Parts: sequence; structure tokens; C-alpha cells
Amino acid sequence: MSLLAELSGSIGSVGYGLAAIGPGVGIGIIFGQGVQAIARQPEAYGVIRQNMLLGFALAEALALIGFVVPFVYGT
Amino acid sequence: MSLVAAGSLECKFENAANPCGFPAAGSEIFFFDDLVSWNFLGTTVGINKVTILVAIAVVAVLAFFLYAFRKPQMVPKGAQNLGETGYLFIRDGIARDVIGKEGDKFVPFLFSFFFLVWTFNVLGIIPFAQFPVTSVFAIPVAFALIVYFTWVPLGIYRQGFGGFFKGMLFPPGVPKPMYILLSPIEFISNIIVRPFTHAVRLFANMFAGHLLIATFSLAAYYLLTLTVVGLLGSVASFTMAVALTAFELLIQALQAYIFTLLTAVYISGALHAEH
Repeated sequence: MSLLAELSGSIGSVGYGLAAIGPGVGIGIIFGQGVQAIARQPEAYGVIRQNMLLGFALAEALALIGFVVPFVYGT
Repeated sequence: MSLVAAGSLECKFENAANPCGFPAAGSEIFFFDDLVSWNFLGTTVGINKVTILVAIAVVAVLAFFLYAFRKPQMVPKGAQNLGETGYLFIRDGIARDVIGKEGDKFVPFLFSFFFLVWTFNVLGIIPFAQFPVTSVFAIPVAFALIVYFTWVPLGIYRQGFGGFFKGMLFPPGVPKPMYILLSPIEFISNIIVRPFTHAVRLFANMFAGHLLIATFSLAAYYLLTLTVVGLLGSVASFTMAVALTAFELLIQALQAYIFTLLTAVYISGALHAEH
């Protein structure tokens, strides 16, 4: 098999960049919608904030796994 | 980087692969040498900085709350006031909000987790300690396993073996053929991935934070040379390290809160079937 292109160096960093795209979009949506919800219904602030942080934590996990994997499986 | 290093008077770090290069902080800063070690049933057991910090943190948390509630007064003041504020935060903000009426039974469990995790995290910015012990993967894993082996048996005990797994794998209100796709995903995400992400979330946040502070602190020292570029770079890195320390204080409290909140959510899911 002939080699068409080759990448060398810290490929884990590239992987982390890719892994951060999805959670980045997700976290943006979560906080955007959360702020909107608080603006519409300020009296529900406590519940909205709690669920916002919960959603943030669940979305963030993916980026964090992407961050840790290069350390674990790096050369 | 070579532009800056060219102005340096001497090599601050000897680096065989890259002479005078910037020694970026890597995962090696998370491993400590044993101060004392001995042989225990064929394996080497030792005490290092992490062990000592864990012991100090546990004693500090215990001592504070034992002191705060040694002679509870009707009108709290001083340490008791602080302790009660923390207790109410967990009881009203997490246990009652997430779990509901039965939440009060789980307050001690959640309370211990929150304050222990928080103290473990805060060690990251306390001078001389300066190592968040939760960035050693074994510790979040131990916490996550305790939570996992609490909510799974609790769910089986409360809803019965069949009821627990039926509620988890076959959520109602979904068209029947969808279960072919949905049930395996639910199984993997709830039983396998959930404890893993629960531990990794806490670990990776503390790991990343410590690495960032270490990198900028190293850079501040590395760039400190008697050149304009060196001084500017050093001051900027130092400012960044200070700003990140303040940011870490926020993240540490937030991660302890999220860890406890997720624990409450898992317990709540085990107590009541999804509807």
C-alpha cells in the first residue's frame, strides 16, 4: 500500500480538537437556551440553573474523554 | 519560542532531546515518588504526597464539622453557621430538589461527597499542597464506584430486579420497534458508560486545570530572561497563572457540585421508575 499522506507529531492534540467540536456546540446550546429560559421565567431560576449545569456536565464529559485519551494511548 | 530562548543567558532546563527547549508539563507531574514504602503480601505499598494530602483533607473535613456541630445552638453562630449553610445547601438545593420527599434520607451521603470532593479539589490551589488529589484517577474511580454500588442495588431493592431493568431499558411512550435500537443504547449508557463518565468528569477537569496552571507557571519561569520579549512573556504567563488559579477555584466548587448533583440524579432514578 502506498502512503498518500502522513501525519506526525502530537496527533492527540488534533484528536482533542475534533473531540471538542460537538460538546462545544452542545454547551453553547445548553447555556444559550438556559439564559433564554431564565429571561422568560426569572422565578424558575433555581430549577433552570440546576438542569443547565446537569446538561452541561453530561455534554462536557465527551470533550473530557477526548482530552484524557491522548494521555492514556499516547506513544 | 526559539526567538525568546535565544536571548537567555543560560539553559534553565537541561533537555536532551531539545536543548534549552521549553519543557512542557506532561502527565509526569501527577506521579510522586514514595516517601516510605514497604512490602505488603508481595506488592509494594507506599506513602507519597497524594496519600498524605488525602489523609489531611479527610481529617480537616471531619474536624471542621465535628467542631461546628459539637454543641449545636438554637441560634447558630460562627462555625456552626457555616456548617449549617453547607448542610442546607445540600438538603434544599440538591437532595429535596432532585430526589424529592425521600431526599432527606440521602443528605448525609450527598453531604459527605460534596465536602470531601470539594476539599480534595481545593488542595489544588492551597500553597504547598498545590495538587488536586482528585486528579489521580484512582480517587474519582473509588467515589464513582461507591455511587454505582449504591444506586444499582437501591434500584433493584426498590423496584425489583425486573422492574428496575424494565424501567431503564424499556422507557414507556416509545414505539415498540424502536426498542431494538433504544434498549442496547440505554443499557450501555446507563450500566457501563455512566460510572465511567462520572469518574472521568471529575478527574479530567482537575487534571486539565492542574496541567494548565503548571504549564503557565513553568512558562513564567522559563521565559524570565533579561530581554524585553522574555520579561513581557514571563509577566503575561504569570498573570495567566494567577487568573487560572481564580478560575480553578470556581471549577473546583462547580465540579464538586456536579458530582453530587449527578449522584442525586442517579439515586432519584433508582428510587422512582421513569415516567
